[in-house]
Amino acid sequence: MTAVLTNSGQLATRRVRAFLRQPWFIAVTLVQPMIWLLLFGQLFKGITTMPGFPDVTYIAFLTPGVVVMTAMFSNGWSGMSVITDLDRGVMDRFLVTPVRRGSLIAGDLAYQGLTTVLQTIIVLAIGWIAGARFPGGPASLLALTVAVVLLGTAFAALSNAIALTVRQEESVIGVNQFMVLPLAFLSSTLLPLSLAPTWIQHIARWNPVNWAVEVGRQSIVASPDWSGIGLRLLGLAAVALLTAWWSTRAFRSYQRSV
Amino acid sequence: MPASTSSSGPAPGTTQRPSSDPRPAIDVHDLDKTYPGDIHALRGLTFTVAPGTVFALLGPNGAGKSTTVKVLTTLSRADSGTATVAGCDVVRDPIGVRRRIGVVGQRAAVDLEATGTENLRLQGELYGLRRNALRQRVTELLDRFGLTDAAGRVTRTYSGGMQRRLDVAMGLVHRPEVLFLDEPTTGLDPESRAGMWDEIGRLAGDEGLTVLLTTHYLEEADRLAGHVAIVDQGRIVAEGTPDALKADLRGDAIHVELAGSTASVAVDDVTAALAGIEPAVRELVVSGRSIRARVDSGAAALPSVLAALERSGLTVATATLARPSLDDVYLRHTGRALHDSSPDASGPSREEVAA
Repeated sequence: MTAVLTNSGQLATRRVRAFLRQPWFIAVTLVQPMIWLLLFGQLFKGITTMPGFPDVTYIAFLTPGVVVMTAMFSNGWSGMSVITDLDRGVMDRFLVTPVRRGSLIAGDLAYQGLTTVLQTIIVLAIGWIAGARFPGGPASLLALTVAVVLLGTAFAALSNAIALTVRQEESVIGVNQFMVLPLAFLSSTLLPLSLAPTWIQHIARWNPVNWAVEVGRQSIVASPDWSGIGLRLLGLAAVALLTAWWSTRAFRSYQRSV
Repeated sequence: MPASTSSSGPAPGTTQRPSSDPRPAIDVHDLDKTYPGDIHALRGLTFTVAPGTVFALLGPNGAGKSTTVKVLTTLSRADSGTATVAGCDVVRDPIGVRRRIGVVGQRAAVDLEATGTENLRLQGELYGLRRNALRQRVTELLDRFGLTDAAGRVTRTYSGGMQRRLDVAMGLVHRPEVLFLDEPTTGLDPESRAGMWDEIGRLAGDEGLTVLLTTHYLEEADRLAGHVAIVDQGRIVAEGTPDALKADLRGDAIHVELAGSTASVAVDDVTAALAGIEPAVRELVVSGRSIRARVDSGAAALPSVLAALERSGLTVATATLARPSLDDVYLRHTGRALHDSSPDASGPSREEVAA
C-alpha cells in the first residue's frame, strides 16, 4: 500500500514538473470561465428580477457554477496526456515496471486535483473582483473546493478510461463535447432549478454535476446547510471512486488489445 | 539447454551469475496468439534462452517478434501456451517478471517534457530505488551512456541517438536479470547503430545479463547473438548458434557469371557440364547467364567447376565463392530472402500485426 501511494506521488510529480515548465498553460483553461463570468454574467444580469430567483446578484449565483464547469472542462482533457503517453511508448514502459495500475491512475488524478484547486482559487478571485461575495465563509468555500475536486476526479477518470479504451484524441474531445455542457444545462449551474421545467428538475436530482453546484451555492448564503453539503460530498466521493476504479480496469482492455 | 553457447562462459572471480544455473532465463512453450481480424501472430512458438547469453529472434516485420516480446514482458497475453521469465510465470506472477526484466521498446519511450535525469530517476523510483542508491545509479548510467552534459536538459532537445541511449539506460536502471531489446537499432543512423552494438556487446559481457534481442538485420543477429532463432509466421523455423545454422547449409556458395552475348544459357548445357565433377555441386540454379550452386569445400571445388565449364565451351566472366551467411539460412528455411520483407515491401506472405 505504501508503495502504491509513493509511486502515485512520484507519477503526480512528473506531471507537476511538466506543468511548471509551461505554467502559462493554465491561462488557456481560464479563458472560458472569464467569458462565462464577465460576458454571460453581464448578459443575464437582469434575470434576478424574475420571480423565484434567490435574493443574490447573478454574478454571485453564477460564480460557483462556473467553478464547476471549469473543473469539468479541464479534467475532461486529462485523457489527452494518456494518449500522448500511449503514442510515445511511455505508458508501455510504465506498464512493464512493477508499478500498480492503480498508481498510474491515482498519480494522474492527484495532479488533476491540484490543478482543479488552483483553477478554483483563480475563478473565485475573478468572481470576487466582478462583485460576487461569499457570506458562507471559508469553510463553505473549502466544501466547494472538495466538491469540484471530486467531480473533476470523476471527469478525469472517465476521460482516462476512454483514452485507454479507444486510444484516439477524438474520443477524448467527444467526452468533453457530449458531456460537459449537457450535464451543466441539466443542473442549476446557470439558473435556479425552480425556473426549469419539471423533467430537468427530476434529472438534476441525480446529476452529480448538480450536487457539486448545490454544494458551491452554499457559499453565497449566510447560513450553509451543512448536512446537505455532507450528503452531496459523499455522493460525489462515491462517483469519483467508481470512475477511478473503472479507469484502472480500462488497462485490462488496453492490455487485451496490444 | 544451459550449455548451448560455448565460447563466452564467465571467467572465475567475475560478478557474473554462475552459468551452472540450471534454470533457463526464458522458457517459452507453445505460445499461440490471434489478434482481432484473424491475424495469427503466434503459432506454437517454443524456445529456451540460457542465462547470461544473448539470444536473437530474427525475422521480418509481422513474423511475431514484437508480439513475443509483449507477451514475455507481461504487456500482452497469449491465448494459450506457457512462458516463464527469470523463473516467474508471465501470467501467474507478472509482478515477479516485471521486477526482474528491463525492456527497451522499438521507439525511444522517453518523456519529452522531462530531463534525462528526471526520466532516469522516475524509472528507478518505480522499481523502489531510493536516495543514495538511486542517485549513484543515475549518475553512473548518465556517465556510461555519455549523457552527463545533457542530463539537465528536457529530452525534447535530444537527438534521436541520445534519446535511444537514455532509453537503454532506463531499461537498465534497476539492474534487471533479463533485458528485452525490441529492434534496438531500427531507425538509427549507421554510426549510432555501431555504438549501440558495442553497448549491447558490453552489456552481455560485463553484467552477465541475459539479453533477448529481436531484429530484422541478419548482420545484427550474427554479430551480437550467441544463439539465433529464425521466426517466420509466428513460429521458430530454425534455431542454433549462428555458426551452427550456417554449417547446416553444408558448404559454400559458388556464383559464376558466364561471358557471351546471348541473354541466357541453356540450363541443360550447364547441368551436363557440371555432372560428375568431384566434389559434386548441389542446389544448382541457372538464371540468365548466372549460375549458383553449393559445394562442400568451395576452395577445392572451384577449379574443377571452372575447368568443366570451359571444357563444355562456356566462358566464365567472373566467379565468386562465399561462406554461407544467415541470409542463406533464412532463405532456406522460409523460402524468402529477408531483405524482401522490409517494412516498405509488401510481399504476398507479409502479415501486418497491430502495434
